[in-house]
Amino acid sequence: MSRPGERNLWKGPALWWALFAVTWVLSSYSRDLSKALEARWIVKYPAGWRLPLKRDISDAMKWLVEDASFGLFSFKDFTRGIAWVIEVPYDFVRAAVIDGFVVGVGSEASQIAPSLSWIAVIAVVVAIGHTAKSWSLAALVGGCFLYLAIFGQWDSAMVTLASVLISVPIGVAGGLLLGIGAYRWPAFDKILRPILDLMQTVPVFAYLVPILFLFGFGPVAALVATIIYAMPPMVRVTTLALRGVPTEIREFGTMVGCTRRQMMWKVLVPSAAPGLMVGVNQVIMLSLNMVIIASMIGAGGLGFEVLSSLRRLDIGAGLEAGIAIVVMAIALDRLSQAFAARPAKVHSEDAGGESLVKRHPWTSSVLAVAVVTGLAGLVLPAFQSYPASLTLTTGPFWADLVEFINVNFFDQFEAVKTFMLTWLLLPVKRFLLGIPWPWGIAIVTLAGWKFGGWRLALLAGGLALFIAANGLWAKAMITLYLCGVSVLLASIIGIPLGVLAAENARANKVISAVIDTLQTLPSFVYLIPVVMLFRVGDFSAMIAVVLYALAPAVRYAAHGIRSIEPQLIEAGIVAGCTRWQLLRKIKLPLALPEILLGLNQTIMLALSMLVITALVGTRDLGQEVYIALTKADSGRGIIAGLSVAAIAIIVDRILAASARNARARLGLEA
Amino acid sequence: MDKPVKLACRSVWKLYGPDAENFLTYKSHSDQAKNPTSEEIRDAGLIGAVRAADVEIHEGEIFVIMGLSGSGKSTLVRCLSRLIEPTAGEVLFEGRDLLSMAERELIEVRRRKMGMVFQQFALLPHLTVLQNVAFPLEVQGTAQGERETRAREVIELVGLKGRESYFPRELSGGQQQRVGIARSLAVEPDLWFLDEPFSALDPLIRREMQDEFLRLQSMLHKTIVFITHDFDEAIRLADRIAIMQDGEIIQTATPEELVLHPATEYVAEFTRHIPRAKILTARSVMLPIANSGSVAPENCAGEVRAGDRIEDIADPIEAAAAPFRVVEDGEVIGTIDRRAVVDVLVGRGAD
Ligand SMILES: Nc1ncnc2c1ncn2[C@@H]1O[C@H](COP(=O)(O)OP(=O)(O)O)[C@@H](O)[C@H]1O
Ligand SMILES: [Mg+2]
Repeated sequence: MSRPGERNLWKGPALWWALFAVTWVLSSYSRDLSKALEARWIVKYPAGWRLPLKRDISDAMKWLVEDASFGLFSFKDFTRGIAWVIEVPYDFVRAAVIDGFVVGVGSEASQIAPSLSWIAVIAVVVAIGHTAKSWSLAALVGGCFLYLAIFGQWDSAMVTLASVLISVPIGVAGGLLLGIGAYRWPAFDKILRPILDLMQTVPVFAYLVPILFLFGFGPVAALVATIIYAMPPMVRVTTLALRGVPTEIREFGTMVGCTRRQMMWKVLVPSAAPGLMVGVNQVIMLSLNMVIIASMIGAGGLGFEVLSSLRRLDIGAGLEAGIAIVVMAIALDRLSQAFAARPAKVHSEDAGGESLVKRHPWTSSVLAVAVVTGLAGLVLPAFQSYPASLTLTTGPFWADLVEFINVNFFDQFEAVKTFMLTWLLLPVKRFLLGIPWPWGIAIVTLAGWKFGGWRLALLAGGLALFIAANGLWAKAMITLYLCGVSVLLASIIGIPLGVLAAENARANKVISAVIDTLQTLPSFVYLIPVVMLFRVGDFSAMIAVVLYALAPAVRYAAHGIRSIEPQLIEAGIVAGCTRWQLLRKIKLPLALPEILLGLNQTIMLALSMLVITALVGTRDLGQEVYIALTKADSGRGIIAGLSVAAIAIIVDRILAASARNARARLGLEA
Repeated sequence: MDKPVKLACRSVWKLYGPDAENFLTYKSHSDQAKNPTSEEIRDAGLIGAVRAADVEIHEGEIFVIMGLSGSGKSTLVRCLSRLIEPTAGEVLFEGRDLLSMAERELIEVRRRKMGMVFQQFALLPHLTVLQNVAFPLEVQGTAQGERETRAREVIELVGLKGRESYFPRELSGGQQQRVGIARSLAVEPDLWFLDEPFSALDPLIRREMQDEFLRLQSMLHKTIVFITHDFDEAIRLADRIAIMQDGEIIQTATPEELVLHPATEYVAEFTRHIPRAKILTARSVMLPIANSGSVAPENCAGEVRAGDRIEDIADPIEAAAAPFRVVEDGEVIGTIDRRAVVDVLVGRGAD
């Protein structure tokens, strides 16, 4: 379909350059201008025009917890109900992997059964690894768990594992149901989408405060936060995977007379299973990403170890616990990915008539190991828990290493930092901070209108105004600056890496190993060495954000290139394209929608990381949220969180609209 | 055709685009029920996937819908099975209005009376051949033992015995489509839709599958709606063919009528390369009895039936000096001679 908007896009570049030039001039002289006109409101949003939202929200939260009632039950009963649903299975799993089963409470308590021994847990993961893929995967995950035992992280690791084992099924089931709902009812989808955007973009810190308020300090609050954080991708993946089921399969379901339920559970969901597994993997990874943040409100486990050693500035211990999280993340990630990519089933001749043990070799041998080690553990404790005398520690080594680097390479690091600050970071910061807020809002509105019509213009302009009206304009600009620079760097590094990974099998191995590690590294962990090397400040924050946000840029670019129809590439080869032409003229344009999706994700991750960078002294919205957390000021935390979300939504919608335009131009979309 | 009509549609429209329904109703009110032209549709920003289609499909016949890709075949067949809702028109299945059926009733009709085979097979990847074929029965709630027995029967019917425990990925395209066919036959449907079932297959396999299909039909006598973009395939299989162009059915006829009296130049273009002898019958090239000379047995070399294809009777007629008598229902209705047969064989006087 041809619309007038499409022609404008061609004129676009000239327009944007002109706008940029005007903005530049305005930004450089805004201070002089405001002085000359005696209009301070140009550079600073007047305090008198601010909205009193912070206070209102704080009051509302208080009312919710203390007085709100739905007639039959109060809001408090409601939160208690949720807590119960989560707590019961959590306690059970914890008992199974670490605490042991106990009856009675307090001093009356007596253990009726021990937890699974460390050997049994390792046997379980090895069995799963082998079932999912191969002996080498079994060895990898077995090795990972053995590492946890040897390096003395077992107990905390099991606590973390227990919370993952609870949050993942709840996140997956909840995400699946919501995703199905969104697939079925477009109206529901319409309502859900902005909520998901919010959930994914509001930094976790922002809702830690209200969750703490509602559920109190402890594992339940931590699990709730983790589930809220980890579920949205599952919802999206579900909807996408269901939409991706070939039309003919859906029509087949209709033609054999499936009812709606049969259609969903017998046709669509099984057909979409490989896609859904990708979502499961995401939920696992995000849950693990949350362990440290969640430990701030009582999750315990490995996250708590990292956090407390950070507070003690015990770099070695922090890194060690951090690495334990990574090791566990790698094990769980590989397991779930192996399940997702399980080779298509192959027929097997009927194995009827064989004994139960023979048909389920793994289940029976794992059971045997569990029972034997459990019994042996009663006599010899080393069977039940890994003996403390045999643990190793690497903490001192890491501390020494960082110190060595600091002593010997200080000048080099300093030079890099100064260079980047002078030539990239500070100019961008000055430019963004100089833009008068009314002009900023105008530009955002214009961009919305250009790419998505008046609706998007209204949304974008409104959100920008929301930020200004809450007196957060300057902080938002610093956020934008940190995030923008980091995303730029992450894209410059990540997209070529992704392309390389897609093109070259060997490079792919290395790159995906690095990316997996980066992605599974909990955000705090690499903050430690970065701060050690570059000290606090914007530059450290930027490096941390880039590292954290790199993964989607690489992954989506690689995926985009890999999923191009081989026929199209062959057509290019036959037409005599060189490798370079092939890449530029066929692969990159066709992978563009994926790449834009990756850019979107990169931005979202960068924004979610900002709150953590507040710890290293940036003065952005993250800092605002962090202050709110320490003061338990829910209104302030929520407003700052919403402002980050506002930025995210503006960027997301404008990017999505321009991606749509690009697809339409490419003829990829009807 | 004397057989009763199984499935019929009257002036079925499917327009894609915003406000398609309003466009149609408005059009028919303002223009004295005249149909909008394709220009008008395009100018309104709509896509006329199916336009004013009229079809009557009789019990037991193979009705082929033929047209180039994008001509609206799939859309039409999906309107006929109500997989998509037509923008306007009427679809009658066994005399009942399919479009006004409630969901429950429609499900029942589809479960018991309709089967469909898809171009890309549409097999469920997580089920074995046996489970795939048994799936329609499972949906109906048939007990496991019973449905597997039935599934094994149809699997054997399509020649896949021994592959019951294979997964779709382990089969070749031809085998996968056999599974698709078996699956659609498992419920013993009366009405069988096949949307380009063989188009994704290699030509050799395709031919083999066509033979297989004819063999099955000779046993089962289903009412069949068969879609293809391949005119040869249409000729080979069809009792009657509907030719579609840009969403419109431009001619519905037997293969022979199509060749003899193409409605438009477009249809003629399709028939041009088709060997006449494969299609024409003795009836259509004979000299009618009024114009023939003597038809006394001693003046003729032999006898052929009016419905015989020239291809099958060419040899003896060519070899004989005298004409053959053409007989229908025991009555002589004309004669056919060497010259007429050779004309057909070399394509003389065809156009
Ligand atoms: N969902 C749809 N939206 C818009 N146009 C469609 C849709 N489905 C089919 N069409 C259009 O309708 C026309 C007929 O399509 P189709 O019935 O699939 O053709 P065929 O099966 O003969 O190849 C094509 O021009 C196609 O682009
Ligand atoms: Mg088609």
